[in-house]
Amino acid sequence: MSLRSPLGQAKGLGSAKEGLHHWWAQRVTAIALIPLTVWFAFKVAILSMSDYQTVLESIGSPWSAALIVSLIVAAFYHAALGMQVIYEDYVSHKGFRIAAIIVTNLLMFLLGAAAIIAMVRIALGG
Amino acid sequence: MSSSNRPLSPHLDVYKLPLSAVISIVHRGTGAFLTMGTLVLVWWLMALAGGEEAFMSAQSFMGSFFGRLILFGWSFALFFHLCNGVRHLIWDAGYGFEKDTVEKSSLMVLGAAGFLTFFIWIIAFSFGVGA
Repeated sequence: MSLRSPLGQAKGLGSAKEGLHHWWAQRVTAIALIPLTVWFAFKVAILSMSDYQTVLESIGSPWSAALIVSLIVAAFYHAALGMQVIYEDYVSHKGFRIAAIIVTNLLMFLLGAAAIIAMVRIALGG
Repeated sequence: MSSSNRPLSPHLDVYKLPLSAVISIVHRGTGAFLTMGTLVLVWWLMALAGGEEAFMSAQSFMGSFFGRLILFGWSFALFFHLCNGVRHLIWDAGYGFEKDTVEKSSLMVLGAAGFLTFFIWIIAFSFGVGA
């Protein structure tokens, strides 16, 4: 039995003061993703059998490119936030949990950067 | 001390999960699946940026049986996560917590996700025939 006070035990184990920001960021990206994913999914469905030039021009038009870059940012941010919650709930080993969150965050950043670079090339011509 | 009337936590081996609980875990599952699925999006955009040859080989893989199977699963996961996500936003705003409302909205989520998946594939195939 520990003689430490409840406050003493809780100190340093409490809120990281970031939970609210995480919660809001997840909701705001979710709201952004509703129109963006529906628009993009149906755009790709319509283009599914088109030739290269048609797809290139349609995906790379200025408004389309802007919306797709927005989609990429919101989607990868949302994915990183969501995966973090999954790790926090199911990975009990603290070291593995932190490692999983860091690796996922870095991977999401890399994939997002790759997608944006691809979009820039599609929109501006390579 | 009698403990016979105490509520028991669900014994997962014998407990039949209610639909809302199944949907809750599927929401996480589809979220993780869609996170992995972003690889397909990046690969497709990279192929489109890489020129006609790279794009056509990506398209022919997507058009294959295996490619379509992945895309079909991906489209259902996307629409399910989207519809259930909207339900979560409504819950966040403080509405829809009554037991029968949750039961009804569970079925609505499944119905809407199924309809959107069906609808997008109808569109994909109908535009394919015209092209």
